[in-house]
Amino acid sequence: MTNLTIGFIPLVDCAVLVSAYEKGFAADEGLTITLERERAWAAMRDKLNLGHLQAAHMLAAMPVAASLGIGQVQVPTIAPFVMSMNGNAITVSNDLFARMQGAADGDLQDPKISGMALKQVIKASSEPLTFAVVYPFSCHNYELRYWLGAAGINPDEDVRLVVIPPSLVAESLSAGQIDGFVAGEPWNSLAVDKGVASIVLTKAQLWRWGPEKVIGMRQDWAEANPKTVAALIKALYHAAQWCDNPANHAELAAILAQPHYIGVAEPLIANVLAGTLRLNGAAQPTQIENFIAFHKQAANFPWRSQSLWLYSQMVRWKQIKHSGDAEDIARRCFRPDIYRQAMADITPVPILPGASEKVEGALAHATPAGASGAPLFLGPDTFFDNKPFDPDDVSGYLSSFSVA
Amino acid sequence: MPQRTERIVVIDENPARAAVLDEGLREAGYTDVTLIDDMHGLLRRLAAIDPDVILIDLENPSRDTLEQMFQVSKTVRRPVAMFVDQSDSAMIQAAVDASVSAYIVDGLRKERIKPLMDMTISRFNAFARLEEELHSVRSELADRKVIDRAKGILMQQKSLSESDAYQLMRRSAMNNKKKLVDIAASIVTAAELLNGDGP
Repeated sequence: MTNLTIGFIPLVDCAVLVSAYEKGFAADEGLTITLERERAWAAMRDKLNLGHLQAAHMLAAMPVAASLGIGQVQVPTIAPFVMSMNGNAITVSNDLFARMQGAADGDLQDPKISGMALKQVIKASSEPLTFAVVYPFSCHNYELRYWLGAAGINPDEDVRLVVIPPSLVAESLSAGQIDGFVAGEPWNSLAVDKGVASIVLTKAQLWRWGPEKVIGMRQDWAEANPKTVAALIKALYHAAQWCDNPANHAELAAILAQPHYIGVAEPLIANVLAGTLRLNGAAQPTQIENFIAFHKQAANFPWRSQSLWLYSQMVRWKQIKHSGDAEDIARRCFRPDIYRQAMADITPVPILPGASEKVEGALAHATPAGASGAPLFLGPDTFFDNKPFDPDDVSGYLSSFSVA
Repeated sequence: MPQRTERIVVIDENPARAAVLDEGLREAGYTDVTLIDDMHGLLRRLAAIDPDVILIDLENPSRDTLEQMFQVSKTVRRPVAMFVDQSDSAMIQAAVDASVSAYIVDGLRKERIKPLMDMTISRFNAFARLEEELHSVRSELADRKVIDRAKGILMQQKSLSESDAYQLMRRSAMNNKKKLVDIAASIVTAAELLNGDGP
């Protein structure tokens, strides 16, 4: 048996990692894993860098930022497996929600309408609004900025963006220190349950199919331990398959609800897994298509184009200057090659996409894609403004946006 | 003692550890030290203080807040970087082992950082040892209480002297290869059950 210590943050999207341990998928691959709960993404990264952890539940943008050395020491870090798609939401104080409703020209569930409504509210406000995200290098940050930017709101000029740990967001909302936040679950649903906030939009409404959490590891460690990496990917693959099956959701919710994992009420987690969310105090639960997904549609495959989209956002929001070298580093953070190798001896043969990059956001409907193993349908995966991202033309993509 | 002019902020949710570090800093000649234990409005406070060095528990969730300062230079007037000196990996390892992280204004000279880091690491370690000792003292006290109760039960029910009661428990512990406190605990539990005033 090989021993691995893997860090996780108490979020619903740690499901695949926790199931790999709890349901014995890791043990089946000859791995003895110890899960270590972390309280900060910064601590997770530091412990990974120093070898206290061999792998980590990471925000998809973290391996890219670490490999590029943005805001931190440069440590080549890779993501050979995507652990979850979507799953975040933009949640605002009830006061801001009411003001947005007042200004809305239609249904706030449409990102264009809610964006324009927010713009009206900002124009009418004497004080800038403050929004919190969980980490500078996160889909949360980029999603929020994307939505604001599309409405002509400059995220660096027209609002204040701060980072606040999710455990503090409900309190900060109540105290009026922030007006809204973007986080994964259970934090949005918890804030709604406490009666202090309303969910405006979910990630799936902004980008219908975007990577959220990955398994991250240091590149040098992965190169030195290829068999262990393959075993871990196989274990996660089986766990992801298990997590995506609705028949297992009750058991999964019970596992995750335990205090040493997430420590919130089981029904709340079950609702998140089912994609039925209470968006505000008054509302009946709303069913959101693909609110969170763990396995279907080749979700676990680490597309290099996903890595590049994250990089494009780092450039767009001036976290790094665009260069051919940087783009190259970013492209190589997500590792479909390692994923493919790990899949080689799984039976039945897993579905493997033929390509390793794709145009992100190009599919309005489920569309057959070239694959081995079994037929693969990809999509819908569009962004709400219908702009596709061509990984071969990062500059062209970036010049198509008017804000920033 | 050299007067040290660095403006230091210590962020810690544990006021006792913050106090231990504060004392160490002052003894070492750092006079400009601010302790923050309230994580709300952290960035605004830091912007007002404009520190040269921020010392924080490695595990503190508000580190993610601090890392935003790398990205938003408007928040603080001077660029702040996490303390990472790749030339001194032993110190980084020691810092992580002690669960300390530091954010330092870019350009602060290395020879001024090292003594500060060394002192902080040693204080964090001393605090961890202190907590461990306190924990073991507490459990020792609890153990002694259980043993005293068991002794009392034996003295009363078997009409033994105090020292005979103690010897009986010790022999039983040795014969059963158990700890004295475990034997005592089972005597107390048994007595509670038999007298009907148990849990």
